[in-house]
This record gives sequence, structure tokens and C-alpha cells, in this order.
Amino acid sequence: MAKPRTVVMVPVDADTVAIGARDVKNRFAEEIGRRGLASEISVLEVGSFGPVDAGVIAAVQPDGVVYGGLTPDRVDRIVEEHFVKGRACREWLLSGEHPLPDPRATDSRHTQYAGRIVLDNCGRINPENIDEYIANDGYFALGKALSDMTPAAVVEDVKKSGLRGRGGAGFPTGLKWGFCASETGPEKYVVCNADEGEPGTFKDRLIMEGDPHKVLEGMALCGYAIGASKGYIYIRGEYKLSIERLRQAIAAARAYGLLGNNILDSGFTFDIDIKIGAGAYVCGEETALIESMEGKRGLPRLKPPFPAQQGFRNKPTNVNNVETLANIPAIVQRGADWFRGVGAANMPGTKVYTILGHVRRPGLIEVPGGVTLRDIIDDYAGGMKHGNFKMAQLGGTAGDLLGEEMLDVPLNYDALEKVGHVLGSGAILIMNETIGVCDFLHACMRFFAHESCGNCNPCRNGLRWLSAITARLKAGTGYPGDIEIMEEIATVLKTAAFCPLGQSPAGPITSALRYFKPEIEKGIDHSSARPKPDHTARALATFAG
Amino acid sequence: MKNLEELRKIRDEARKTMDLRSGNQRARVVVCMGTCGIAAGARDTMQAFMESLEEAGATDVAVTAAGCAGFCDQEPLVEVEIKDGSTVRYGHVDAAAAQRIVKEHLMQGKVVESLVFSQGA
Repeated sequence: MAKPRTVVMVPVDADTVAIGARDVKNRFAEEIGRRGLASEISVLEVGSFGPVDAGVIAAVQPDGVVYGGLTPDRVDRIVEEHFVKGRACREWLLSGEHPLPDPRATDSRHTQYAGRIVLDNCGRINPENIDEYIANDGYFALGKALSDMTPAAVVEDVKKSGLRGRGGAGFPTGLKWGFCASETGPEKYVVCNADEGEPGTFKDRLIMEGDPHKVLEGMALCGYAIGASKGYIYIRGEYKLSIERLRQAIAAARAYGLLGNNILDSGFTFDIDIKIGAGAYVCGEETALIESMEGKRGLPRLKPPFPAQQGFRNKPTNVNNVETLANIPAIVQRGADWFRGVGAANMPGTKVYTILGHVRRPGLIEVPGGVTLRDIIDDYAGGMKHGNFKMAQLGGTAGDLLGEEMLDVPLNYDALEKVGHVLGSGAILIMNETIGVCDFLHACMRFFAHESCGNCNPCRNGLRWLSAITARLKAGTGYPGDIEIMEEIATVLKTAAFCPLGQSPAGPITSALRYFKPEIEKGIDHSSARPKPDHTARALATFAG
Repeated sequence: MKNLEELRKIRDEARKTMDLRSGNQRARVVVCMGTCGIAAGARDTMQAFMESLEEAGATDVAVTAAGCAGFCDQEPLVEVEIKDGSTVRYGHVDAAAAQRIVKEHLMQGKVVESLVFSQGA
């Protein structure tokens, strides 16, 4: 039997599963079989290649055609028109709005694969088939490290690459590995932080769903470098498809001997297990995550000692974000110099973002380090969808609000720090002038007030106050002095909250006051006849919202 | 798996089935599959192309279907596009003709003059 002439690739991730991607995929297989084309046309499940608002998608290669908004009924038409009669169904074509991930067929950088490091396989391989990962040189970085490199050389490479943690804090990854590697003792752990809880951020989920083996290989390389033989992926329980695919990937890697004892006959032993979190925001903080892994309530620990000295089970532990680990195989295989050649001098490599809001093509993108926000909106997200740019929130709900004057600042750790901002976890929310700053701030503060773990006073009470104050500013019933109180609470949070999750909500508040103070001031009611605000604890306790 | 050699074998084997996905083919064979084409035997022609290409080990040639091109008396009609821009249409392509086109035109770069219906885009 000849091999197929055409392949239909249906991105199946948690979003598209919910709107029937599996039904569409199955319908393709059924219809193609019913028409006797099964030997000519293969149907494949892949991960996301970027777009998030286009319904169920199917890419047909080598024809270079992408359909969107599919339902099982539409599949019947497509099979008949496209595969039997040989003409693409124009009404469901996506190619204009969402160019195919194919350098030949694309006129924008939105879904170009050239230059992708982390997402190079997403949308192009079947995540449930380890052979397809291997076909694109998967596990060869591990092979190279085990046969040609010492653990110290791997740490050195990661240091030289300039890779910084992609979870939000941006700590240099090589340095972190170095701390853990220098600890003595036989029992160490690698932990992959897949507790992606920042609202608006779902890049890690799409990485795990689209290319789970890359994360496993990154973890194994980390284990080799720091001298650990056990790895854990701490993943939020809501990420069902990620968990399913990771489990499947771990089993396949074990069956091939790429995890387990004596990997590739090198004497190196490494295995990975999955720990499922219960969806508490605070557990994304690495020490709270470790507490949760140990079966305790997820409360952050006092640092030092840092996890590199005393982490999981009080043993040296290296915790890295999913995207950080997914960068490792390429760095080891292609070298630190190559990695430094991608992106900007102060931010080598790429950054994966989820860009959402009022843009024409929301979705998952991978961008060379140091590209400006304006470029991302115009080149990768197709420009503004309705109205004009008003503000962007960078890095999820804990991220800073940026005004128009920040559009041309390169998005890298140092350049942003210079203007007083942080990069954050990788969500970019773009808003036009229809969004009120006070409405937006209240939505953020409500979330944090709800997610505060209650461990420390600044966070537990401060966030509740911020939620109450932003609620009345939003309603136009703010009191004179509210802005000063907000500023004060933000300062207290920043300086006195116990963990980063209590500190970071200061970001949206102070940045909003920086760019949009006149608008926020409009929320204050200056009429003098009103009763004084009740700032007692009782008032706070009864505040609902 | 014991060593890198075995990993390489898996890689090379898996690659063979994946080259379709990049869309970077050097040539395209378009088999016209309108009602007229199918009635004249285009299905067999398509099958023959796929098998001959497989046999020849050509992994960078795409085979696709198209509708009726308007030359129903020439069916099965097949268009061969080479990436540099040259396009040749062959008429009355049966399975044997398909094999010849693969061997001579696609693998050796020589147009099968005796089967040509028209040339040029």
C-alpha cells in the first residue's frame, strides 16, 4: 500500500476538545473511510499551532489549506468537495486570517515556524506518538549529553545560553541549576512547575498538550546536570488533557528506555512522576508548590533555605517552569552560542506568549526576545480588532498595566525593569478604550482577594481592601483619599507580603495609577454630604465583591 | 533502547511518514477528479501515482486531486508542476502512463513528450 498523499491535522487541545475537536477528527476519519480514501488521506491529532478563537481547526497538507469553525456536518462537505472533487471549501477557509504554519503559505509572522524553539513541534507532530518527536531530533539532546558531556558541561551551557526562568520571575536558569548541582548528597529532585494559575496564561498547557516529550527531555537533562534521578511534574488538576498526554508520553519514554534505569546505556537513571494540584493559585509559588507536593496545605515557606538547598522532602530541589525546561533540549543540542544568537543580547532565545483581548488574531505565539509590544500586536496578532489601543496588561492578572507610551519598549527583562515594569509569565491582554481602568482593576483585585492563602496580613487584608476600594471607584462612589490608601496598601504589599503572590498585585495598582490616574480620580465622589467611609474590620468582613 | 544508533533508526523511519506536513514539496501532481475524470479512471491513475512515487522513494512530491479542468475528452488529465514554475498537462493518463511520468518526468526531469496535452502555466 502506498503511503498517504494528504494529511489532515486537527489540533486537539483542551479548548478545542470542549467544542468538539475529537468529534470532528473522528468524523473526518469515518467519512474518509466511507469513501474509500483511507489509504490516501490520513487523519492526525496534533497540538495547537496558535489560533484560539477560530473554533475547531483542520490543516490539510501538503495543500496548504486551513479550515476553521468546523462541525461534524461541515466535515462531510469538506471530504466531498476537497478530497473527492479536489476543490477547497472556500466558506470555511481560515488561511486569510490565520495563515498556515508553513513558511511558504504565510504573509505574517503569526504562525511561522521558522525561529520557533519551544513550539517548533506544536501543531506538526502527533503528541501521542513518541516516534514523531524523535523524528524531529527529539531525545538527541539527551543522547548527546549522556555520551559527550559531563553534567558540569551541561550546567555551563545553560549558564552561557543566558536562559532565564520563563515562569515570571526571570531568574537565570543556569545559575539556579548551579546552586543545586553544587549540593552534595545522593537524593535530589527536579520539579517541573506546571501549575499555571495566572489568569490569561495558558502557554504551558499548550506546550504540554502539543509536545509533551520536549518537557520530559528537558527534565531528564536537568536531572543529569544537577545529579538527580527523580523528577516530578506538579500540574494543576484542571489540565486534564495535559495530564493524559504527559502520562502517555512518560509511559512511551519508559518503554523505549529513555526514562528509567541506565538510559542509553550511560549509567544515568532518571524517572518522572506526575503530582496533581488542586488548583490553588499560591501553589505556583515554588515553595508552596513543594509543600503541596509533600501533601500539606500549600503555604509558602520562608526563604532561605532555598529549594536548591532544602526543597522537596528537605532535599536539594530544582524547580523550573514548563517553558523553561522546553528550551533546554535545543540549547544542549545546538549550543549556547546558537541560543544567544536568537533574540536580543539581554534576552536570548524566544518567549512564548498568549495574546488575548482586542486583537484580530488572539492566540499562542513565540517571539524572539526583545520584540516590542507594538510589533507583537501588529505583526503577530494582526493588529487591533476594534477601536484603538488603550492599555495592555503584561504577564497575567498580577502583571503591570502599560499605557500607550510603553508600546515601543522592547519586551525583555532589563529594558522593562529600566522603565519600572516586569515581564511576567507570558500573558498579554490588549484592551481598547471601551475598558474602564477601575472596572479592570476591580476584576483583578477580586481575584487576588479570593486567592490569597491567608498566611500573612498584608495580603489577606490588603487585597480585600483593594477589592472594596476599586469596587466603589468603579461605581463612581469613591471617597477622597481612596487613591492615597490604594498607594499605601500597594507599598505595604510590595514590602511586607510574605511571598511573591502577595507582592505582585501591587503591580497592576501602581502601574494603573501611573498611566491612568485622571481616569481613576473620576471615580471619586467629592460631595461633602456623604457619611464618612467605614474603615473598620467589620465593614470589610461584610464587603461582598 | 540501548544506544543512539537505535534512536537514529527510529528517527529516520519516522521521518519518512512525516515529510507531507511541511508543505515543502519540490513538485505537485494534480490529478483531475471531476465526474468526468473519475468516470475515465482517475482513481486508478491517482493510485498508480502514489504507488510509483513510493517505489521511486520520492518523498518530496505532493499528489493532490482537483476538479474538472474543462478538457473532459482528455481525461484522466494530470498536471505536473515543478517548483521552478514549469507546468505540463498530460492527457489520457492510465496507470502505465502514470508510471512513466513518475520515472521520466519527476525522477529524471525529462518531459514525456508523447503524452503531453499542453505545456506552460
